[in-house]
Amino acid sequence: MKRSWNGWLWLGFLLVLAGLLSYIPFFALFPITRDFPWVNLLLLAAGLALLAVGLVRAFGKPRLYHGGIFGTAMAVLSVAGAGLFCWGLLYEVRQLPASASAPHVGQKAPDFTLPDQDGKPLALADLLASPTTATTEATAGKRGGALLIFYRGHW
Amino acid sequence: MRSFQQRLPDFDARGIRIVAISNDPPDVNRPHRAKHGFTFPLLSDPSTQVIRRYDLLHPGGGPGGADIARPGEFLVDPSGTVRWVNLTESVTVRARPEEVLKAFDGLRQ
Repeated sequence: MKRSWNGWLWLGFLLVLAGLLSYIPFFALFPITRDFPWVNLLLLAAGLALLAVGLVRAFGKPRLYHGGIFGTAMAVLSVAGAGLFCWGLLYEVRQLPASASAPHVGQKAPDFTLPDQDGKPLALADLLASPTTATTEATAGKRGGALLIFYRGHW
Repeated sequence: MRSFQQRLPDFDARGIRIVAISNDPPDVNRPHRAKHGFTFPLLSDPSTQVIRRYDLLHPGGGPGGADIARPGEFLVDPSGTVRWVNLTESVTVRARPEEVLKAFDGLRQ
């Protein structure tokens, strides 16, 4: 008897791949799916569930279904990938220093002078003294201070 | 930072200057800034001197074990006093422009 193609395995594997590969180029762009990667975790969970169903079929009815060997290989890869994803996005991203001595509310912000993208020095004092590039009459000359955004850099 | 660029008119209207600071050199910042269309300055602190002064150094946090800045946002008033701070516990969770604008407007009242 000819064995059937075990579609659950492939569908599951594809969902796992989608879950692993879509975070950085797509879901990380939107705060609602970036702050906690729930869409990706759902994709991974659905993919692993389908793989499990496929494996049960492949091993339970090996005369009817393909997939005992490549299904196992895909499942192992998927579990490893999902594990790595969870470790990275639920644990590794939280390994930040406490920064207990960072300036607190009410303290003076330490002054600094740093070069901008064109190498031109810019001091915090200059930023605070000069208003934003006025776009309308209402905003002209307004001084609201500065927002300093420290970031991890461009990799 | 993309979201702050999108809300830049709201910061302009309040007279708030935005700057972003990392340990990337100007040679990296210039194309990066152009590519993303940022119009606020990207400041460069390759020696991490200022990053350390703000206690934001993340030793070994960068690619290849480089020392970089951990994310952190500070709203400083025109007298130089810190009025609002955000130190995230996760790299993926960053301050949103709405939070900063709300904090600023709250301080004004």
